[in-house]
Amino acid sequence: MEMVNCKVNGIAVSVPKGSTILEAARAAGVEIPTLCYMKKINEIGACRICIVEATGARGLVTACVYPVSEGMEIKTNTEKVQKARKTTLELMLSTHDKKCLSCIRSTDCELQKLCREYGVDETAFEGYKPQYELDESTPHLVRNNNKCILCRRCVAACREQYVAVIGPNDRGIDTSIGTAFKVKLSEVPCISCGQCTAVCPTGALTEKDDTDKVWAALSDPTKHVVVQTAPSVRATLGECFGMPIGTNVEGKMVVALRRLGFDKVFDTDFAADLTIVEEASELIDRIKNKGVLPMITSCSPGWVKFCEFYFPELIPHLSTCKSPQQMGGAVIKTYYAQKMGIDPKDIVSVSVMPCTAKKFEIGRPDQSAAGVPDVDISITTRELGRMIKRAGLKFEALPDEEFDSPLGEDTGAGVIFGATGGVMEAALRTAHDWLTGEDHLDVEFHAVRGTQSIKEASVNIGGTEVKVAVASGGNAAKEVMDKVKSGEADWTFIEIMGCPGGCVNGGGQPIQPQYVRDTVDLKAVRAKALYDQDAAMPLRKSHESPVIKTLYSEWYDGFGGHKAHHDLHTSYVARKR
Amino acid sequence: MQKKISSYPFNGTAEQEQKLDAVIAANKHDKSRLMAVMQEAQEIYGYLPVEVQRRIADGMDVPLEKVFGVSTFYAQFSLSPKGKNNISVCLGTACYVKGSGALFDKISEKLGIGADECTPDGKFSLTACRCIGACGLAPVLTVNEEVYGRLKPEDIDGILAKYSE
Repeated sequence: MEMVNCKVNGIAVSVPKGSTILEAARAAGVEIPTLCYMKKINEIGACRICIVEATGARGLVTACVYPVSEGMEIKTNTEKVQKARKTTLELMLSTHDKKCLSCIRSTDCELQKLCREYGVDETAFEGYKPQYELDESTPHLVRNNNKCILCRRCVAACREQYVAVIGPNDRGIDTSIGTAFKVKLSEVPCISCGQCTAVCPTGALTEKDDTDKVWAALSDPTKHVVVQTAPSVRATLGECFGMPIGTNVEGKMVVALRRLGFDKVFDTDFAADLTIVEEASELIDRIKNKGVLPMITSCSPGWVKFCEFYFPELIPHLSTCKSPQQMGGAVIKTYYAQKMGIDPKDIVSVSVMPCTAKKFEIGRPDQSAAGVPDVDISITTRELGRMIKRAGLKFEALPDEEFDSPLGEDTGAGVIFGATGGVMEAALRTAHDWLTGEDHLDVEFHAVRGTQSIKEASVNIGGTEVKVAVASGGNAAKEVMDKVKSGEADWTFIEIMGCPGGCVNGGGQPIQPQYVRDTVDLKAVRAKALYDQDAAMPLRKSHESPVIKTLYSEWYDGFGGHKAHHDLHTSYVARKR
Repeated sequence: MQKKISSYPFNGTAEQEQKLDAVIAANKHDKSRLMAVMQEAQEIYGYLPVEVQRRIADGMDVPLEKVFGVSTFYAQFSLSPKGKNNISVCLGTACYVKGSGALFDKISEKLGIGADECTPDGKFSLTACRCIGACGLAPVLTVNEEVYGRLKPEDIDGILAKYSE
């Protein structure tokens, strides 16, 4: 590889030819501020915050797109650079509503951080200031263009998800990020994945905050408030409190939820196990009875909505299994309610999810096993983080405790649901045992692990080669579905997750600033926490879960039986784009 | 200025649709030809309503928002139909200094429409243009291909009457 030698703030560094100044600076250990830049996804030099001085260049240049040349000397922090950056920030503020005090993103806003560092004057430029109406039309997010700095990170994230329903409209001072013909987000084929909210540097795109509903339920003495937490939340919640990425905080999370006042703290993992036994039964039934194949997982509501919008003709390929969130809610409002002698109407079923699409999913039709919604309120990891802060709990100092019985026991198979490939691996563990009638000790299927957007594997089950595929993220889903549509795919079973990397990188996960997203593989580091937990568990197959055994002996009439079908399966609708 | 989105009902013909489909078919192999397709579509329909943009998006396999973004970025694209008579008032420097702003306001008030809008009966549309090269006649406006120069606001009624039949 041809290398180029340059100096960043006097530090000599050698980088591959074609590298940008930003890459050279990072190689030299020098951080240059960025706002619009997203490694490989949004390298457009639009925001002008990364400007630097470079020999041989005319004026200040944008480090994120300007290539280094041999002998170039780069200065990233001169007075001239700082003044220009400050002016740029002040210009951004001239159209910003500056309501930082109550902004959800206050303290993790990238604009706010830079403004503080550069000592800006908030009132330096008072001029034309367009006013935008808030878009609160969807159950999952709020768009507030009065806080938008036009960096286009959301646009890039949405494009990576294939849906591309938001983009820049109009031009100059009137430029705004929005939908085609400026209709509400609820009227365009948005899949509710929330990836835009995870990458927005400011408070322009946020999840719809449902924490007040939870506080109200917790304060209502007539309600029995039950919470379930998704597999991936334990691997990420610690980030809300500055803990290292990839720290598993399951025990502290359980304590925090108890101290917030939830009557029972359950683990969605048990519902993930339930999903596996139902889904594996469905798959075996489809194989035996020549049903529609390949069968595709239906755990991810972002993916399900994607399929309904973009591949409605392939809906019969979707497993009819409800997602773990909804199965968990269904069991809470049926089995658990009866066992406890509580009217399901008096139960408030809350879920903590890595996901904004889960807020959409709880309102879907055919998700009410007990005649009332399976889940009443779905909050994201970020919202739980805020609740814990408001309650004054010192999270890092909390002790560790176990989930409540009877819906708190899980297996390693349920835990790994949070990472791309996890559902596939969990399904293979159960299918392998069931189809061969043996108890296999070798439970790890490494071919379906890893953060690549598409993975394929051929698994030998009792002498038969079963071909499977795993995809995560919209673009990968599109690629896989095109092959299913054309008939060239020879997979039997496909796992698809709406977000790249699966739930650990869901749209509702803790905010990490872009420079962290650029330099740390969040998907892999967070997933490792789940795989480590799985490896340390005595039970690693869903069908061995004591909860599952109890449920099917006391409550359901066999895997895929009539009662299970009524409570745990659902239907889909073709959506018009 | 933000582009005005027309609420004027779409009444494209089968013939127009056929022409548009032919344009898309000739260009769909190359997504970078989106703008060229949009230009031809505007030739066919006179403007780019949502129905036309959606057909282009589907045909070219690009997101609808992308088409809309392009249509609102470039001044040449219109989201409102042109009326039977399109009045274009020059707001270039010379005309503006000579009072074309008042002409524009008078027409806008008389017709009840703003820039890039069309009257509900489809008879008139109003646009603001930059210099048309007739500065000697400032302030000028054109109605369709007809040029009217050295105007005062009180001339407007007569001009509108001429095209109202």
